[in-house]
Amino acid sequence: MYVAVKGGERAIRNAHALLADRRRGNRDTPELTTAQIDEQLALAVDRVMSEGSLYDRGIAALAIKQARGDLIEAIFLVRAYRTTLPRFGFAEPIDTAAMTLSRRVSATYKDLPGGQVLGPTFDYSHRLIDFGLETEDAPAPTAPAATAASDAQGPSPRVTDLIARDDLIERELAPRPGAPVSDITRDALAFPAARDARLQNLARGDEGFLLSLAYSTQRGYGRTHPFVGEIRFGEAAVEMFIDDLGFAVSIGDIALTECQMVNQFTGGDGRPARFTRGYGLAFGQSERKAMSMALVDRALRADEFGEEHKGPAQDEEFVLSHSDNVQATGFVEHLKLPHYVDFQAELALLRQLRRDGGAVAEAAE
Amino acid sequence: MGLLARALASELTGPLTRRFADHGAKDLKPVETGLVMLRGRAGGDGAPFNLGEATVTRAIVELPGGERGYAHILGRDAELARLAAIFDALWQKPDQRRTVETCVLEPIASRLEAARARRSAEIAATRVDFFTLKRGEDEP
Repeated sequence: MYVAVKGGERAIRNAHALLADRRRGNRDTPELTTAQIDEQLALAVDRVMSEGSLYDRGIAALAIKQARGDLIEAIFLVRAYRTTLPRFGFAEPIDTAAMTLSRRVSATYKDLPGGQVLGPTFDYSHRLIDFGLETEDAPAPTAPAATAASDAQGPSPRVTDLIARDDLIERELAPRPGAPVSDITRDALAFPAARDARLQNLARGDEGFLLSLAYSTQRGYGRTHPFVGEIRFGEAAVEMFIDDLGFAVSIGDIALTECQMVNQFTGGDGRPARFTRGYGLAFGQSERKAMSMALVDRALRADEFGEEHKGPAQDEEFVLSHSDNVQATGFVEHLKLPHYVDFQAELALLRQLRRDGGAVAEAAE
Repeated sequence: MGLLARALASELTGPLTRRFADHGAKDLKPVETGLVMLRGRAGGDGAPFNLGEATVTRAIVELPGGERGYAHILGRDAELARLAAIFDALWQKPDQRRTVETCVLEPIASRLEAARARRSAEIAATRVDFFTLKRGEDEP
């Protein structure tokens, strides 16, 4: 039980003033602008938007500045901000096949229709510190010279659609028009959770947590034998149905990363063997997140394929209950708030036990 | 409306003051910022799921002639949404449509197209052709 305490107002006010001072840091160093954070720490902004579950680059950049670069604190700020706004409605599901691609790679097919483009990536870099970035007056880098239009990106169907043509991979359930879509921000998660609720939970889940779970499946704790069918990053148009108008309008574009994982095939009982799938989708360029999400999504489908539970990544209640870093940090970090009354009660109990001479084992239960 | 949703404020304020200074549009509702829940589909083409929200700003204006203009734009720019709604209303006036298209919509479309072409050319420079070794499939 947590019993409230009073007092400390002046100290708290001063601590916050000190925090503001330390946030600004040495006044001889120019102050960061949110535009600089948005442009030059773009992947931090992407992560804060994904896990803050709010696509707004400006708010995410501001939150990162306010949180002194503590991304979980920034995510917390974004989550708090979103509760202050009314919800106007729901967008139409985004068509990721129609994305304007900045990057598209496949680890399963080298020659796929539309081709592969590496785009801006850390892949294949040497991970050597670039001391050239230390100086502010270094010459500005230039984007690669434009290539002939013939090399431009053609239509790029999803890799999973290509495999599906030969009926070698499971197909997603056809969407049922008008069927309700779970919303874990309005209705508490119930177990077993539907796939839509799981995907929503994973989409806003902590990247580190999902990464570790995904890694655990690769190490044998619920193996799913994954291949990256495709990772694509680019911009997609958002459409929203406007009641007043009676039709859907395009309201802007957002950057997204999508990962199609192709996994362990199943079959039997008269059904031909087919690859199975895991899916990841995240705001911005968040590849590690989208891949981890896809691996965990597939691991959580263990029951659907009658797979033996061999690892925590397959335990839906465990995964979905612990994926949210705002909830997690709230519960862990509340331990540092005053627990004087609680602790006094425990102390008194312990002293009582000592006086009564023993029975510690039972009391500790 | 798709073009107006992607406009820069400067692309709307300029033409508005130069060509439509006497538009006389009034807000039917105060411009408001809220959220829209974005949705993806399982596997890209399956059942929809809620991905996360985005900020969106909406404006509804009315011209003296009764034309109503609507704007819903991702982000929090109230002035941009209002300007977009005004042009949506002006576009509905048959005698103004052509001017709105040539002075506002076409410049936005060509800027977007130029940006898209530039970016896709930069991206195309990173097109990769992986080849596999020692598989024998290329041998006669």
